[in-house]
Amino acid sequence: MSARSRELLGLLPVSLLVTAGFTAVLITRSATVDTVTLTYGAFFLGCCLLGHLFIRARLPDADPYLFPLAALLAAFGLVMIYRIDEELAREQAQWFVVGLLLFCATVLFLRDHRVLERYRYLIAIGGIVLLVMPRVPGIGGQVNGAYLAVDIGPLAFQPAEFAKLAIIVFLASYLTDNREALLRGRLSPPPLRQSIPLFGAALALGAVLILVLDYAVWPSLLIAAFAGVLVGLVRERPSLKHFGPLLLVWGLAMVMLVFIRDLGSSLMFFGGFLALLYVATSRLSFIAFGTVIFLGGATFMGRTVGHVEERFDTWLDPFAPAVEASGYQIRQSLFAQADGGLFGEGFGQSLIQLPGCAKEDLADFPDKCSILPAPHTDFIYAVIVNEVGLFGAAGVVLVALLFAARGFKTAITASDGFSKLLATGLAAVFALQVFVIVGGVVKAIPLTGVTLPFISAGGSSLLANFVLLALLLSASDLARRDARRQPSGGLL
Amino acid sequence: MNRQITHLFTLFVLMFVVLVGFSSWWSVIRADELEDNTANRRPLLEEQRIPRGIIFASDGRTRLAESVPVGEGGARRFVRAYPEGSLFAHAIGYSFVERGRSGLEKSRNDELVGRTDEFDTLIEEITGGVAKEGDDVRTTLDPEAQRTALAALAGRPGSIVALEPQTGRIRVMASLPDFDPNEVPDRFAELNRQDGSPIFNRATQARYPPGSTFKVVTAAAALDSGRFTPDSVLDGNTGKPISGVPLANFGNQDFGPTTLTDALTNSVNTVWAQVGEQLGKDTMFDYMERFGFNDEPPIDYPPEQLTASGEFAGNDLLGPGDDEVDVGRMAIGQDKLQVTPLQMAMVAGAVANDGKLMKPRLIERVVSRDGRVRDRVDPDQSAQVMKPESARALGAMMSRVVEEGSGTAAALAGTPVAGKTGTAEVQSGAANQPWFIAFAPIEDPQIAVAVTLEQRPADETGGQAAAPLAKQVIEQVLSGG
Repeated sequence: MSARSRELLGLLPVSLLVTAGFTAVLITRSATVDTVTLTYGAFFLGCCLLGHLFIRARLPDADPYLFPLAALLAAFGLVMIYRIDEELAREQAQWFVVGLLLFCATVLFLRDHRVLERYRYLIAIGGIVLLVMPRVPGIGGQVNGAYLAVDIGPLAFQPAEFAKLAIIVFLASYLTDNREALLRGRLSPPPLRQSIPLFGAALALGAVLILVLDYAVWPSLLIAAFAGVLVGLVRERPSLKHFGPLLLVWGLAMVMLVFIRDLGSSLMFFGGFLALLYVATSRLSFIAFGTVIFLGGATFMGRTVGHVEERFDTWLDPFAPAVEASGYQIRQSLFAQADGGLFGEGFGQSLIQLPGCAKEDLADFPDKCSILPAPHTDFIYAVIVNEVGLFGAAGVVLVALLFAARGFKTAITASDGFSKLLATGLAAVFALQVFVIVGGVVKAIPLTGVTLPFISAGGSSLLANFVLLALLLSASDLARRDARRQPSGGLL
Repeated sequence: MNRQITHLFTLFVLMFVVLVGFSSWWSVIRADELEDNTANRRPLLEEQRIPRGIIFASDGRTRLAESVPVGEGGARRFVRAYPEGSLFAHAIGYSFVERGRSGLEKSRNDELVGRTDEFDTLIEEITGGVAKEGDDVRTTLDPEAQRTALAALAGRPGSIVALEPQTGRIRVMASLPDFDPNEVPDRFAELNRQDGSPIFNRATQARYPPGSTFKVVTAAAALDSGRFTPDSVLDGNTGKPISGVPLANFGNQDFGPTTLTDALTNSVNTVWAQVGEQLGKDTMFDYMERFGFNDEPPIDYPPEQLTASGEFAGNDLLGPGDDEVDVGRMAIGQDKLQVTPLQMAMVAGAVANDGKLMKPRLIERVVSRDGRVRDRVDPDQSAQVMKPESARALGAMMSRVVEEGSGTAAALAGTPVAGKTGTAEVQSGAANQPWFIAFAPIEDPQIAVAVTLEQRPADETGGQAAAPLAKQVIEQVLSGG
């Protein structure tokens, strides 16, 4: 079967989910099946079909699973949003159409994603400009202590969603050119036995520091880790230029923390960067060093920037009296999940709206009158667990993981360095975003407000992820075309 | 680079496993703990989203409580309405999110919100048929008899309880002052402060001195223990020393040598006090406990709205080993005795039902919306208080009270009634607590009643003030069905 036929077949489960989901919500809502709203599902499927035909025409060799997986997530998101609020779902459906158009436009105008390499500095500057936009007076604004959104006239969007793509494109192209230099600087490290005194000295220094400073456990551990990682780096004897990009991006991440106070995006960027650095250089010591300085920086910021510190405290114990107010969200999220259990309450059956809410507030739903704050954006995963249970939610996580897997598969198949790193970066940043928001909602990590890709309501997120999909698909089209021409090249 | 990409992907797989692990932790493993968390308002809000079951009177038609929808769409919720207003305010209680629950609304909450046991829930969860509405509850309460009782009380603080001796079905549970449960959300604080404590259920919560109605318990112990017969003769003169202190008869009347039957008919204090002393504390407490004293009544009603009856020192129950108990005076309903109207109705019921005390109950059955009977409450014996012969002999003695003794005001044309009057002095004799307990018809008892009034003038006795009320209720129940 050809790749495109498999893609078409992959859209079958999507159509099933859309039909079943909408029907279920409708039946719970009005006990009747409204044909007007069922056309909704049909319309969605029609769009997917057009997308498929477009891919068939322009990217005939592209990965057959990426598009259906993205459509599956989007369909699920649409059903969930429809369940929360009809009006929001209509908006989301419009954004879905715009996203598909943007997807086609990206593929059409880019032709070959490798041209991006040429504009990398422009793209990098563009990304940084996007990031700082929310701090520009007049167009930016603070929401919940973080600067996330930009508001220019009729256009409101979250620039971080697009900046994420720009930074990944820049890093991929930068590392493609410089990985040789980074690797060449490496001298053969001395045998481990000779470094024992070095390790010992670092440990002793760390111990003394801990005793002298009378630090708590968490900073002590960080200092110890830092000392260990430093020794590891010294053994590698890298030159200063290796640290250049690393420290630069770290600095950028820290500035983001301070400047836009967005821990989630900062985590995503830096994580994506480390992933790329690892794939490009395979130096674990770099990664360890980067992780430690990021954690150290984040902890320090956490102690100084009140907004982040509160998030941290609510993460440790959302039931503590000290975080009564700020812990409300995460508590409600956990309660919603507990309500869902193994199989959930069913589409449309969970408690979303506060009963007995005043009529004038009801107009602002789900910003008001919602028992779980932000049920359509940040906390949509909690609503999913509530409605379709652990099984359904695990399914969503699995679909997201499969999407990332196809992205990594594209990276492995790709023959040129830039495509490899680009696909790796995009897949990594996608998976990281899922991890950051779902991890926050299930209290695995401190909660930071990023969207759940393709599922959360919101135009910026959907559009950015469609561009991500377009880049991944064109990378995979090129990779698989090359692989087909040179069968001896192998897959792995 | 491919090896690194594979490593990276493996790391993400592990990270996603962590996500699913945490999801399982909250949604399944720790779910029960979270559901019980006090900060979790979901269970309460969830309950508002489904209509609570309807509470019906025993006729199966009269709605005592129902749920009405408020608001629309996802914000729609159900609130409780009580179409009969204050009629059964105490027995049914109320249920409002802001004010909590009381009465049957509380004790039968699980059924009313459609909560079934764990096993059923699991099956329904898998099949997707989780109940979205509560089950209906059919009570044993008789609206007509209740109206009669309330009318008979005529606004005077007091209580009337009527139950079926053979089944324990409570037909009447009246308590005045009462309240309209529909007003609870708005006037709760006011109702709680108000004089006369309208929310307080006098039938199950009030502890009153029983007066001479308690002589029925003493007589049961006397006959059933075999120590006395209805014809046993004792000195009925006034001023007999009991526990070293002379005891007076009502109106300081001297009766001379008196049989127990006559002593009950005319409520002779000195005779029954001697009986109590001769039986002793152990026997007296034994029979009291058989009747249900010293324990909360076995009824499905919230425990905090129930109280035990017995000898009280403050809020503590006394037993046969306590020196404070003056068994002679206890035997005539004085001393430290405090009883609920429900308990006295149970006493009359046990005598009526050949000595078998049935568990008093307020509900008949629980029925799901689609008509399936979920739970049927069958008559359940609580205790065999005395031998059937003792009970019949006692019943005959009590019939004399109504025929020719202190309780003639309860006599019904054509229907023999057995009863016992009581007049307890309260506030050091400044006021009276009139009582009457009765059952009828004697041959085939259909109803047992306890009537009491609070704080009546010192010239009102049980025979004059309480007996006519019992008569009206008995008449209504017997004519009504």
